[in-house]
Amino acid sequence: MKTIIEGSRAAAEAVRLARVDVVAAYPITPQTHIVEDIAEMCANGEIEAEYIKVESEHSAMSACVGASAAGVRTYTATSSQGLELMHEILYVASGMRLPIVMTNANRAVSAPISIWNDQQDSMGQRDTGWLHLFAETCQEVLDLTIAAYKIAENRDILLPVMVCMDGFTLTHTVEPVDVPEPEEVDSFLPGYKPLYKLDSKNPMSFGPIAFPDSYMEFRKMQWDAMNKSRDVIKQVSREFKEKFGRSAGNGLIEEYNMENAKYALVALGSVAGTIKDVIDGTDVGLVRIVSYRPFPTEELRNALKDVSAVGVIEKDVSIGLGGAVWIELKALIDNPCYCFVAGLGGRDIRLRDIQKIIDDLKSGNVEDVNWVNLNV
Amino acid sequence: MEYTVGAVITTPGNSRITKTGAWRTFKPIVDPEKCIKCGICTKVCPEGCMVLGEKSSEIDYDYCKGCGICANECPKKAIEMIIEVK
Repeated sequence: MKTIIEGSRAAAEAVRLARVDVVAAYPITPQTHIVEDIAEMCANGEIEAEYIKVESEHSAMSACVGASAAGVRTYTATSSQGLELMHEILYVASGMRLPIVMTNANRAVSAPISIWNDQQDSMGQRDTGWLHLFAETCQEVLDLTIAAYKIAENRDILLPVMVCMDGFTLTHTVEPVDVPEPEEVDSFLPGYKPLYKLDSKNPMSFGPIAFPDSYMEFRKMQWDAMNKSRDVIKQVSREFKEKFGRSAGNGLIEEYNMENAKYALVALGSVAGTIKDVIDGTDVGLVRIVSYRPFPTEELRNALKDVSAVGVIEKDVSIGLGGAVWIELKALIDNPCYCFVAGLGGRDIRLRDIQKIIDDLKSGNVEDVNWVNLNV
Repeated sequence: MEYTVGAVITTPGNSRITKTGAWRTFKPIVDPEKCIKCGICTKVCPEGCMVLGEKSSEIDYDYCKGCGICANECPKKAIEMIIEVK
């Protein structure tokens, strides 16, 4: 049913439709309306989930690890400082191969204190072994959250997934969203059948020590599963499109206006919408990264092979080198490739900012790393 | 060894395989003349390595890590910690 809801509500609706069994959340700042909406749904009996209120995000993720190890579908949501506090347990979740799904409302990190949007928080979790999917719209928040469970719970993958949505730009923005019927989602996403689970009748040990003679092998298994997830993401994206008639590109990337493009912009998340508005009818294309982990290496190489220059617009920066996506893309392609750090701490990325980036890219009036729309 | 997804150990009782006695730096020795078989050491041993034998408490050196709690708690000072000799 088409409805008009904010992005946070779209995430909560997805959790309801996925028939999640356990939700653990720390319900105050920097939390969003997501867990507030889920709490209401639990209270109203719309979701039959155990809702665990914990005393910190570190505990929220720990509770998710325990619940997921017990063999049930598990969810949490967080943002900025909350995600940073989870950091230690994110590695535990992926190392224990638990298919937890989490929404992260992308927001800036302190200091200075900011509650506004950028993507520094999740970029700091890049190497934790989680899949990172970025939504462009409120619709995609719902779609990717449902798809995330199907990807995560695939027996060849069994890795946790972080669905990233831009704070405020999506979390607090009201858009038309097609919310599917529960029966439709049930036929797309069957119940979770764990490979192993905590069960007193059939005792097993979870999260044991691995000595130097075996630790590397378990890490390699994670590496292999993440590599396999590229095909699974594309497959799930195709199935989603067959069922619901829409998809986020091919699941890994979306190409827009790239057929005859001479220049290309690369971006993640909601800023792609603004970029599309500017580049319509021009010789500039957009490659939107939907899956940041696994990084779509082959897809990006193919999509960008014919353009004369690439500009990466990103809301994060690795202080001392450049934007995280730019660093990785530069290692992947041979074309001239420039970084445009924009929108940090909630600064608007306006149409004219995108236009200036394109003008600079075309004129060659660029440095490796460029800061967009500074006051000084 | 079997490499399971997530390093899950699928059968119970595996700690028997890992003999932790090799971790010891100090080794407890029971003096049967002093031991009165009160059983305190069997209760405080964190590894369950102390059992009451016929004459005195006895130690399972396959798993004793040499923590020394038994010696510290023994009311008759019947347990001595000596440097382990391999």
